[in-house]
Amino acid sequence: MSQVLEINRVSHTFGDVRALHDVSFGVARGETLALVGHNGAGKTTLFRLVLGFLPTQCGGISVNGFAPGTRNAQRDVAYLPESVAFPKTLTGEEIVNFYGRLRGCSKQAARDVLDRVGLGDARRRRCGGYSKGMRQRLGLAQALVAAPQLLLLDEPTSGLDPSSRHTFYSLIDEIAATGTAVVLSSHGLNELQNHVQRVAMLSDGHLLACGHLDELLANAGLSLQLLVRGGAIDTETIASRFGGRMRRDGRCEIDCTTAEKLAVVRQLLALDAGLAELEFRAPGLNDLYRHFAAETPMAKQERIT
Amino acid sequence: MRQMFTVALLELRLGIRSRWVLLSTLTLLFFAVLLVFLGASPTTGLDADPITLLVASLATLSVYLLPLIALLLSFDSIAGEVDRGTLQLLLATPIRRSELLLGKFLGHVSVLAIAVVIGYGLAGGLALAQAEGSVTATSITGLLRLIGSSVLMGAAFVALGLLLSALARQTATAAAMAILTWLLCVVLYDLALLGGLVLAPDGFFAQTLMPYFLLINPADAFRVFNMALLDLGAASTGLVGTEDVLPFPAAAALASPVLATLLVLALCIVRFKRIQP
Repeated sequence: MSQVLEINRVSHTFGDVRALHDVSFGVARGETLALVGHNGAGKTTLFRLVLGFLPTQCGGISVNGFAPGTRNAQRDVAYLPESVAFPKTLTGEEIVNFYGRLRGCSKQAARDVLDRVGLGDARRRRCGGYSKGMRQRLGLAQALVAAPQLLLLDEPTSGLDPSSRHTFYSLIDEIAATGTAVVLSSHGLNELQNHVQRVAMLSDGHLLACGHLDELLANAGLSLQLLVRGGAIDTETIASRFGGRMRRDGRCEIDCTTAEKLAVVRQLLALDAGLAELEFRAPGLNDLYRHFAAETPMAKQERIT
Repeated sequence: MRQMFTVALLELRLGIRSRWVLLSTLTLLFFAVLLVFLGASPTTGLDADPITLLVASLATLSVYLLPLIALLLSFDSIAGEVDRGTLQLLLATPIRRSELLLGKFLGHVSVLAIAVVIGYGLAGGLALAQAEGSVTATSITGLLRLIGSSVLMGAAFVALGLLLSALARQTATAAAMAILTWLLCVVLYDLALLGGLVLAPDGFFAQTLMPYFLLINPADAFRVFNMALLDLGAASTGLVGTEDVLPFPAAAALASPVLATLLVLALCIVRFKRIQP
């Protein structure tokens, strides 16, 4: 697959503060990559480097083969920052049309993209009256108007309600399906899970892990959890027999690997305990992030010394 | 080029939507009409025609009002875009920074030009109606000269506002700097010159340097240009006399706002290119 974005051994410092340290990854056409990390992990710095707002100090970045900030790169990349406030007196159509014209698009392109993000009916209304979700979709529309090859979204769903988030991610799925490479950053790890192919985890400027979610989960060797509520035999007895932990909700939590899963279930059923409830909990992005963040205290150590 | 005009058109549209165009037009019109009626009252006892009197009064009024309107129009231009996060969107597009800046400049100057043309034009029409035939072609030229030079002088202050906006990066700081600049250029500068005159009326400063000092400040140069070319006759105040007393042709005074605009815009582009959004 052809790489739209290539980041090769990039480091960046602001004075004494090291914002990024030796970060490398690539994003291919039609791929969605999530940049995951806490505040100050270096996600926004990475975006600013890719956009050419900051000069590349160390390492190499290429957008479709072009250096960041060059006209060719700017033509291919679009961006939606975390917080943006459009002039309230302009209509949605005027705003998208403006950014479209700066990128050489027609008025029709602006109308089409507004239809695509579901603002077709509201396009003649002033955006001061838009809801937060609508404003975010307007931001997405201005980014999409020139059909970019690389779309950078910085915390695109922060502040949105669950329903708006769902709509937003559905849109991003559609955009990626047309061949656009999407890089998005987010704190909301679980919501990303069904919408991204790959995950890059940043912590204190270090890339902790990068890869397909399934691969990372397998490599991390994270255990599954079985949540059990006893019937004929009480839950605490089950917990002590299987080395599980009691939870506040009265169920016990038993850790096991994917390979052990069936054997443990068989043993549980063999107890004839008349289980009231049995639930599997597979590790998710949250667990993965916690795992990798805990595994590399190196970053923190480096900051202290 | 097309991108520059796209930015200019958006600024003009924003000026119309935010009622800046309406507000500045009405402000200029209000004062201009007031001056028409004051000039028409018999107490003035001057023999100059109403339009010439109007132009003389408006030249003084413009020195105060236009820099203020121009600075208020532009101080928010860059600092505001930084605050709202839209500068990142703009700079992510393939527009050149110089085009973006010049587009904003053109947009703001257009807003100002609309206000001046409508405000002063209407007041001039009113004066013409009152004059009952005593108006000459020269006085009409004076009015047109005033309108044109007002836009030029306003443009210099729009550029200055843009520079402050690029320097400040925060809207509140830019606003404070804009007000201070207005006070400096329009009030304090003249007071300082006046102080120099009073201290030594026959000195080298008053006799030789003074006209050139007037040229440094685009607002003063604007007043020199308009007053020197007016045929005020008995209405002449003697403060800035006719063209004869100037060591340069009056039209040369117009170079002041033009050069100031070019210089400040160049500085602004240099500064703007260093901003990391």
